[in-house]
Formats: sequence, C-alpha cells, structure tokens
Amino acid sequence: MTLVDIGNEPVEALDPNVVLSVRDLKVQFPTEDGMVHAVRGVSYDLHAGEVLGIVGESGSGKSVTSLTIMGLLPRSAQVSGSIRFGKTELVGASEKRLNEIRGRNIAMIFQDPMTSLNPVYSIGYQIAEAVRAHRGVSKAKALDRAVELLDIVGIPRARERVDSYPHEFSGGMRQRVVIAIAMANNPDVIIADEPTTALDVTVQAQVLEALGRAREATGAAMILITHDLGVVAGQADRVLVMYAGRPVEVAKVDDVYYRPRMPYTLGLLGSMPRLDASTRQERLTPIAGSPPSMLNLPSGCPFTPRCPMARDLCEHTEPDLQPTTSPEHLAACHFSAELEGSAANEVFEAGIVDDVPAGPGPDPKDVL
Amino acid sequence: MLVYTIRRLLVTIPLLIVSSFIVFVMEASTGNPLDAYVGHNPPYSAAFLHAEKIRLHLDQPMVERYVNWLIGILHGDWGPSVVDRHGVIREQLFQRLGVTVRLIFVAMVLAVVLAIIVGVISAVKQYSFLDYTFTFTGFLFLSLPVFWFAILLKEGGIWLNTNVFGQRVFDTIGEASIPPPHGFGSVLLDDFGHLVLPTIVLAMTSYAAWSRFQRGSMLEVLGSDYIRLARAKGLSRRRVMVRHALRTALIPLTTVTALDIASILGGAVITETIFQWHGMGEYLLSGIRNHDVYPVAGWLLVSAAFVILFNLLADLLYAVLDPRIRYE
Amino acid sequence: MSERSDLLHDTSSSGQTVVLGGGPAGPGRGDREFEVAERSQWRMARRRFFRHRLAALSLFVFILLALVAFVTPYFWKWKYNSDPSFDFSVSPSWSHPFGTDDTGNDMFAFVLRGTQQSLKIALFIALFSTGVGAVYGAVSGFYKGWTDSLLMRFADVVLTLPIYVVAAVLGANVGGGTWWLIGLIVGGLLWAYVARVVRGTVLSLREKDYVEAARALGASDWRIISRHLLPNAMGVIIVNATVLMATGILTETALSFIGFGVQPPDTSLGLLVNQGQTAVFTRPWLFWIPGIFIIVIVLTVNFIGDGLRDAFDPQQTRVRS
Repeated sequence: MTLVDIGNEPVEALDPNVVLSVRDLKVQFPTEDGMVHAVRGVSYDLHAGEVLGIVGESGSGKSVTSLTIMGLLPRSAQVSGSIRFGKTELVGASEKRLNEIRGRNIAMIFQDPMTSLNPVYSIGYQIAEAVRAHRGVSKAKALDRAVELLDIVGIPRARERVDSYPHEFSGGMRQRVVIAIAMANNPDVIIADEPTTALDVTVQAQVLEALGRAREATGAAMILITHDLGVVAGQADRVLVMYAGRPVEVAKVDDVYYRPRMPYTLGLLGSMPRLDASTRQERLTPIAGSPPSMLNLPSGCPFTPRCPMARDLCEHTEPDLQPTTSPEHLAACHFSAELEGSAANEVFEAGIVDDVPAGPGPDPKDVL
Repeated sequence: MLVYTIRRLLVTIPLLIVSSFIVFVMEASTGNPLDAYVGHNPPYSAAFLHAEKIRLHLDQPMVERYVNWLIGILHGDWGPSVVDRHGVIREQLFQRLGVTVRLIFVAMVLAVVLAIIVGVISAVKQYSFLDYTFTFTGFLFLSLPVFWFAILLKEGGIWLNTNVFGQRVFDTIGEASIPPPHGFGSVLLDDFGHLVLPTIVLAMTSYAAWSRFQRGSMLEVLGSDYIRLARAKGLSRRRVMVRHALRTALIPLTTVTALDIASILGGAVITETIFQWHGMGEYLLSGIRNHDVYPVAGWLLVSAAFVILFNLLADLLYAVLDPRIRYE
Repeated sequence: MSERSDLLHDTSSSGQTVVLGGGPAGPGRGDREFEVAERSQWRMARRRFFRHRLAALSLFVFILLALVAFVTPYFWKWKYNSDPSFDFSVSPSWSHPFGTDDTGNDMFAFVLRGTQQSLKIALFIALFSTGVGAVYGAVSGFYKGWTDSLLMRFADVVLTLPIYVVAAVLGANVGGGTWWLIGLIVGGLLWAYVARVVRGTVLSLREKDYVEAARALGASDWRIISRHLLPNAMGVIIVNATVLMATGILTETALSFIGFGVQPPDTSLGLLVNQGQTAVFTRPWLFWIPGIFIIVIVLTVNFIGDGLRDAFDPQQTRVRS
C-alpha cells in the first residue's frame, strides 16, 4: 500500500473498550480508465465483543475497507487515514508488524469457500500452519489444536477428517474450516467478508452458527460484511450502512431496521420481501437505478439520482454523518429529520422499473 | 492408480499400431529403394536386384508386409534394411535411443529449471524492467530456428576453441570421442564437452514457451483466494511464495512439458544432425533418404512409444502433486 | 477525459437513454439522463491490441517485410532464377546489398524469394489448419457423445504422428516441393492441435445459457455453431492461427534445411541457411542474413499473436477488486 497522507490528527486517548478504531479512511486505485475512489472517508469504532454489521451493495467499498485493515490491498492502492489497533497504527505499518497481527489478533474469513483453501494441502495442515505461524508449538500439538477447532465449528469426526483435502468437503464445511483457521489463535477481531453469500440458505444457517461459536470461544469482536439484511438482523449489535464508498447510516440494529434516517436505508428495507408484512397488498418498493460509478462521482450526495427526496441542496453538498435522534444514531442526509416515522412505501414508489425507450426491438434473426 | 496406468497403456497400443501403419504405408509407397541402384556404373546384375527385391519384401502387398513386420517385432526381428545388410535395426535403434535420450534428458532438466526461475521472477516482479527483459528474451528464443542456432553455436564453439581457449574445450563432432577415453572421470568430462553445446541449443529453444506458461500460471495462483488467505494467516511472504504459490503453480508445468516432448524430439533430431551425433536423428534421416522402410517404421515405433511413455509418467507425476485428481 | 467523451458521443454504436428516478416526491429532480453507449467487442479488441505497443510495431514491421519481399523483386535487377552475376563471394555492397555466394548469385534476390516462399507456405499452413481444425473441433465439441469420441480418436492418431517424420517422408518422396504441397503436408498434421483447443472451448461455451436460449427459440444446430459458438471462440482461434503461422515458418525452414522441403532451383530461407552453414565466419552474410530474416518474421508474428491474445482476453492488470 502506498501511503499518501496520514493526516495530522491529535492522538486521542483510546477507550480501552475499543478494539479497532478507523478514522477517515480513504482508499483509491489507479486504473486504465482513471482513479477509482473506492473508499471516501470511513470512520468507526469497534468495541470489544460486539458484532458490527457493514451493509451495502457491490461497489460500496465495504470489502475494500476490511482488506485495508488486514493490509491485503494490491500494491497500487493508495491509502490515507488511520486504522488503530491497540497501540499500533495499521496504515503504513511494516510487513513484519502486519504479519504479527494478521492471523493472531485480527483474522479474516473470505467469501468463496471453494477457493479459499489451498487444494494441495490437507485441512489439518492448513489449520496447524496458522497456529504454528504465531506460536512455537510442535506439529503434533498444532494438529491437536486443529482437531479441537474443527470440533468447535461443528465438523463431525474431526480426528478422522483432519487429514482430508479440501475438495473432499462441501462448501459449507469448507467455510467452517476457514472459520476454524480464523479463530485458531484466539483473535481479538474477526472480519467476516460475505461469509454466507456463496452458500445455500440452509448451509448459511450452519455457517452462521459456527461463527457464533467462534465468537463465544474466542471472545472476539466481529465485523460482519454482507449485503443480506436478513443475516445482519440476526447477528449484528450495530449496523453501518455504506453507499458509494462512505458510511451513510450508523446505528444500533433495532434503530436501523425500525427507525431508519437515511433514504437509502429506507429503500433497502423496502425492497426486501418480508414475511411479517401487515397487509398482503403491500408491494415492494425497489430503488430505481444503479450505484454510481466510482470513477467520476458527481459532486453532492451520490444517492441523489435515485433518491425520491432529493432537492437542490443534495446536488451541491454532500451531507456529513450527523447524529439524529440519539448521539449513537448517525445518518448522512440533509433531511433525515423528515424521515421520522416513515415507512418505505411512503417515500418510495412501488414497482418502479427502469424506463427503456420504446422502439424497434432487436431483429429476431439477429438473436438466433 | 495401477488400474489407471494399465488402462492407459492398453489404450495406447491401438494408437501405436494405427500410426505405425500410416507411416509404414507412407514410406513404403512413396519411394523405391532400388532406384538408388539404377544408373550405376558398372550396373548391378539383374540377379542381384532381384535378390534385393525379395530381401526387402518389395514383392509382397503392402498390408502383408506390414503385418509380417509387426509379427516380426514381437519376435525381435525388426526387418531388413537397405543399407545395413545384417538386419541389426533393433540394436541400432535402441543404442541410438540411448544417445538421444541423454541429450533430451539433460536439455529438458536445464530448460525446466530455467523456465521456472524466469517464469516465477517475471510473475512476482510483474511489469518490472526484469519482467520485460525476460519476456523479450523469451520471445527471441521462441523465434529462433533450431538449426540456425545449432550451427551458430557449433561454429562459435570451434572459433572459441581456436581463438580463445587454444585447445578443444567444446567438442562439436559426435557425442563422444573416438576412441573413448579411459577412466570414469575422463569419460564424464568427455561426455560433458560433447554435451554442452547441443544441450544449450535444445534447452534455450525449449525453455521460452514454458517460462511464459509458468509466468501465467504463477500470476493466476498469486491472484487466487487461497494465497490471500495464507497472507491473512500472517505467514511470512517467503512461506506464502514458496509453500503455497510455487507449490501449486508448478503443477500445470508437468502437463505442458509432456505435451512438448514430441517437438523436443524433433528439435533433437535436427540438433544431432548438425553436431553429427550418432543418435536417432541421423538414423531417421538416412533411412528416409535411402527410402528404407523398416528403419523408418521402426524409428516411429520407438519414438512414439517413448512419447507415450513420457506422457504417462507426466500424468503420474501430476497425480502425485495434485491430490484432487487422485480419486478418479 | 477523452475516454469519457468517447462514451458520451459515440455515434457509430447504438445508444440507450435511461431515465431514472421519479416518485411521490415529484419528477424532475430525479430525471437525469445518462447516455449509455455500447462498444462492440471488435472495437474494444482493436483498441486493446494497439495499446500493446510491441504488437503494433510488429504488425507494421511484418507488413513492411511482406511488401518488400513480394514487390521489390519486380524492380530489382537480379532474379533468383536468372543467370548469376560474375561477382563471386562479394560482401554486401550497393550493387549486391546482401552480397553474393560463390557462384555469383545475388543474395538479395535469393533472400527475398526465400522470404516469399516461407511466408506463402506459413500463411497456407496457418489458414488451412486453423480453418479445418476450428470447424472439426467445433463440430466435435458441439455434438459430444459418439461423434466426439470418434472424431477425437482420429485427431489423436494424427497428433501422435511426429511432424518432421511425416513431412520429411512425404516431402522427400512426393518430389518437386511445390509450396502449397508442403503447406498441405504440414497443415494436414497441425490441424489436430487447433481441433483439440477449439473443441475444449466449444465444450465450455455450449453450456452457456445463451446457447440454450437459442435452442429454445428453435435455432438449428448449424446456426448455433456458426452464429454463436464459433464467433465466441474466435479469440482463441485467431491467437492459435498466429501460433501456427510461427510454427509453420519454423517447420518449413527446418524441412528445407534438411532437404525435404523447398528444393532447388527454388529457394527457401532454410535452404539458404543450409547453403551458408560453412561460411559463418568466412562469409557471414550467407549465414546471418537468412537466419535473421527467419527470426524477424517469427518474432513479429509471435508479438502480433501476443497482442491479439491481450486484445481478446485481457487479464486483470494493476487492480484487483
């Protein structure tokens, strides 16, 4: 990572309850077509033992944020801001220091379990490797620990399966192996980047359960990144909603679901089919349009083109994250106060479809 | 694994038969070895020509000739030769195979090592000056005609011998000195002196394609999720690179080198000709020139069997390296 | 910035206007029009090709070389098949830019003729084997089952035949060595490689949804192969064609070198190298010039192939999402 600007913020006295502290994180990538601003100023605190859900569409910057914490961005990435873990500043830290922290204090779980494990080594080897990288134990002891971990995450007959290869496992089981690797050294933070996205719904539950057991066994705080609101509702204590590279709403989980203060959040909730809909006639209210290109963001609030509440001010000035009804509930909207008590179908129109101009369609001969 | 091997071997037998038949027919029907005797002064007697005709089975129909030949092989008789009147085709072939395999083996080892080094460095330092240099050099060697390069090195070796070393360091004629020297050490040195230049020719013209491939394979592996996970575990860069990236990236190379063995054999044929080795190349070319069916057909059988065997070995090696395909 | 205006003002491709937003809060504010222009696959491929500077340069050099080889002999005093001059073994000069050999033949004329022959043969090989191989492989991969097994068994047999052996056997005996015959012989063996590769590509392509969709709409087999599968495999096919062109040149020159390819009185670059192999240090122009011509031709073809590979299948470069 290329260090661009570390800023001159005064060093604050850290709340001992805060495990990870992100301040004004900005990440950009040079590409063929220009500079992509993937993350445009993210700040949050992660408290010990809590589950922070980060929600957003693809391209919102949620994955890049976590990869930055782990120091796993490509070399061309330009990072500014601060990520504080204990006494260590992670942005710009040396590879050696990062290696000490990775896998021991901060661990990560990736999205696709089918490709996360090295196919030529047994799963026992790969778990033991994580253990031995940070603690000087013998191979035998590390393998014992591997069996123990497999047990915790719910792999049956762990002692026998420990010598198996990844391709002998299903997706759900592989993801649990990845969780076992993450919790091997009792980390303080576990980052789960879309851990259930690539899995069937029935398997999702198993994986989430394994995640829960991992948290119990290690006492770690968790950052749960997903675009699935259902998963977040069941697991998170607090939620951070991201849009176009910035957080647009931060609140306790109940507040986000029942008292959203940012039109985007409201729209997200409204576009989910709910089993508890009060009337069968309630229609979904999807958000029209698509997320903006991170290459050439227009000025002002990036949600403006899709926002039913947008006004002149929105096109000119990008709103900051401001506290709303309570100091812990932040929203980035000039008119968040107007949303008090609104339901999604009061703000968004039901059944929106992107308009495509009518005209001669493609010639069937061309298609066939 | 054993069953798999046996199944593979069984499949290759009909393949060998069909391809040897094709070449046999091709060679036998497109040239008359007795043409060489025409116009000789003093002319050969009719009796002699007739005897030769019988000896070389030129009076028999094609298919019969082929079948007899095949049966003969099973008994160790590889047929008559135009040039060699004592019917020693089998001995010739296997002895020469040894000579050629020596060259191919050393050259391949060198080429593989070179390809891995160049490919890995190019991938790890992608887009660096080193990468571009390696790429360009690789392309250059890819575009080099084997025969031209061989002549260059041969003449260059001779020049170096006379003008720089003042003595014969590079042996450019044959694969061993005649008479061969005594003592294990001397023989080794003699072999080495003869091997150096031809090996360089063969290795340099083979490594380039593999290095490009290895670079691609390494890049693909480096971008994969499991490498990311390995780094997320906090493993040292070196460990990730060697234990995870390299280990996995080397696997496809086994298949690629096996696929190219046929073209390496072709390159060896040409190289041998220029350095005047008494190997398979010389035998084949003289057989073709003399319209000598049986040596050529025998050559095909031996070389095709060699290629097939080599491919089988590569497949077995692949199974050893990659646990995913062990359970077929 | 020019890229952006390219996107917005691209008049040659179809444009789509998308109207977004609108809701209870009122239209107008959300009605921003964005013009989305569609770039055809070929234009993007062409753009990517020329970004590969070495490939673009190689294309230029190759075309230049071909032009020189085919056009210059019309204007040049000496021909490869005319009576030789009386300048024996002279080094390169104005009257003989590539020197002469020991019988007074002007090497410039010979090298140009050799280049012509090698280029013609290589092009024939590339086109023939790619054409036959692509169709063969596409049909085999499309129909699978028994057809595929049978077709591939035959291709396997062809693949086991060593090119040099067969080409030498046929080339030595089917005399005359006319250029297209040599091309046919070599191409008649190389097509199997293309068939293999194209079959693999088609096997994966045929599972794609658009093939199933076309079938559901009633498209015939042949239509699917020619309209959907082959065009999408075109990238692979074109790249393979350049590889075969390079292989063709190297194979033909090698064959001519050992005497089983192009025969005198005609000439090939390989034949010239053979004739000059004893003169590496005494009359270097006889050895070096034909060799360098071969190298340059094959090198440019290889770079062009690399550029085409980039054009049709760009790898993710500096950014990983």
